[in-house]
Amino acid sequence: MSVSQTIASPPAASESGRTIIRYTLTERINHWLAALTYIYCLMSGLAFWSPYLFWMATVLGGGPTARFWHPWFGLIFTLSVFCMYTTWQTDMGITDADRAWKKAIDHYFRNEDEMLPPIGRFNYGQKLFFWLMFYGVIVLLISGLGLWFVESIPWSLRWLRYLAIFLHVTSALASIGAMIIHVYMGTAMVRGGFTSMVLGKVTAAWAWTHHRLWYERITQQKTFPD
Amino acid sequence: MSQAALQIVKISGHAGTVPGAGVERAEQVCKLVDTTTCIGCKACEVACLEWNGYTFAETTFDNTYQTMPQTAWNYWNLIKFNEHEREDGTLQLLMRKDQCMHCADPGCLAACPADGAIVQYANGIVDFQQQNCIGCGYCVSGCPFDIPKFNPSTKKMFKCTLCADRVTVGLEPACIKACPTGCLHFGTKDDMKVLAEGRAQQLREHFDFKDAGVYDPAGVGGTGVIYVLHDVKNPEAYGGLPRDPHVPWVVRIWKGPAKWLGNLAMVGGILGVTLHYLRFGPKEVGTSKDKGAQP
Repeated sequence: MSVSQTIASPPAASESGRTIIRYTLTERINHWLAALTYIYCLMSGLAFWSPYLFWMATVLGGGPTARFWHPWFGLIFTLSVFCMYTTWQTDMGITDADRAWKKAIDHYFRNEDEMLPPIGRFNYGQKLFFWLMFYGVIVLLISGLGLWFVESIPWSLRWLRYLAIFLHVTSALASIGAMIIHVYMGTAMVRGGFTSMVLGKVTAAWAWTHHRLWYERITQQKTFPD
Repeated sequence: MSQAALQIVKISGHAGTVPGAGVERAEQVCKLVDTTTCIGCKACEVACLEWNGYTFAETTFDNTYQTMPQTAWNYWNLIKFNEHEREDGTLQLLMRKDQCMHCADPGCLAACPADGAIVQYANGIVDFQQQNCIGCGYCVSGCPFDIPKFNPSTKKMFKCTLCADRVTVGLEPACIKACPTGCLHFGTKDDMKVLAEGRAQQLREHFDFKDAGVYDPAGVGGTGVIYVLHDVKNPEAYGGLPRDPHVPWVVRIWKGPAKWLGNLAMVGGILGVTLHYLRFGPKEVGTSKDKGAQP
């Protein structure tokens, strides 16, 4: 396979502490805009989901306030995800390297990263998460408009009202499941991931370990000493 | 608004027990609408507006008696007219007073996520408590009769209260008070059913309405507003009265099994990642385990 022939040599110990730009400022701002708006929608949505979680609406300014902002924050979140789409679309395509990595995903799960084939800027899981959120937000947007303007759906087409509920709930639950894994991996599991999304930088060793093909490509173009 | 004298048996979006649950009250109140003696005078509409403090809304004209297409947030009671052509070619002008049906099993209350925004009193009246309403519109999807309406300026939902404020102090609802033909009756559910069945029998035996009957749909546990219809087999002809109304199954699943499955999945997800962390720990670059960082 062509991917295995391109393995770069690991960064020398003296170089492994060098930092590489992983996310630009624009990418980071957009990510945190999406994160904050998602959290607002998540908490207010959970408040409307179960009476036992209604206290979350209190935290967000009370029931009517949370209900007022939920769709607007949802719109901002949608725009933010669409911006991510324009920025990361090309990076998020599933490649042969991803397919090889996917076959060995058990090693990733067990933290046996040295057994994994090299991959590009994002791994298969990150790409899966991206596409789930991208298509998820489209479903959330359309069904959410149905819930927002429920009285505009004529009585004769009321099945659309019920469909909107079904789609909004199922896509929201799917996004929550994906988000639990995303937050866990980005903060607790993959050390350095959270910092990279805050400060934009990773060490050469980190890039080489987790995204070798990207490391190889990027170091030929530009590396940044500390 | 809150009626201290009426005990509450059901509360929307409520975590925990209901203060009035299990309270026994012999009398369920009921409004009987006899469509066969309604003359469509709209006195009930005016009385409703007057009692509840709303002004007459702008009317539309479409060559029928229907001067307004449907009820509104500030127009809770509306006669639905239908020029119904019977099988023998004769014309029948059907009129039905449309308002909240005060279901024993209210879909609006089942769908509502706001604690105490919709309550059901022990006398059967389903009432919106606007001070608790968050304006989400879920009740619109929950109602099988298309009754709750949104006030865009206050962002609260409104509907007929069955004059809960009048009933509390022993008065009949305003619409009943205004009806000139006596087609509207108010009393206990048991009394109204006897009255309605008697009238339906009269229509079957002494008039030519073989299919006359009482509309008290079982799909929503019976209603606090019941109708006498000339043709109970065709309720749709009466301004779209649903044949077999029930709380939409999507709402039932959403507020029932989906909630518990969803909660289980969310808790399962959090437990799953926690167990993964305890078993495998973090991926750290630069430790002896990571050969990549130590060439």
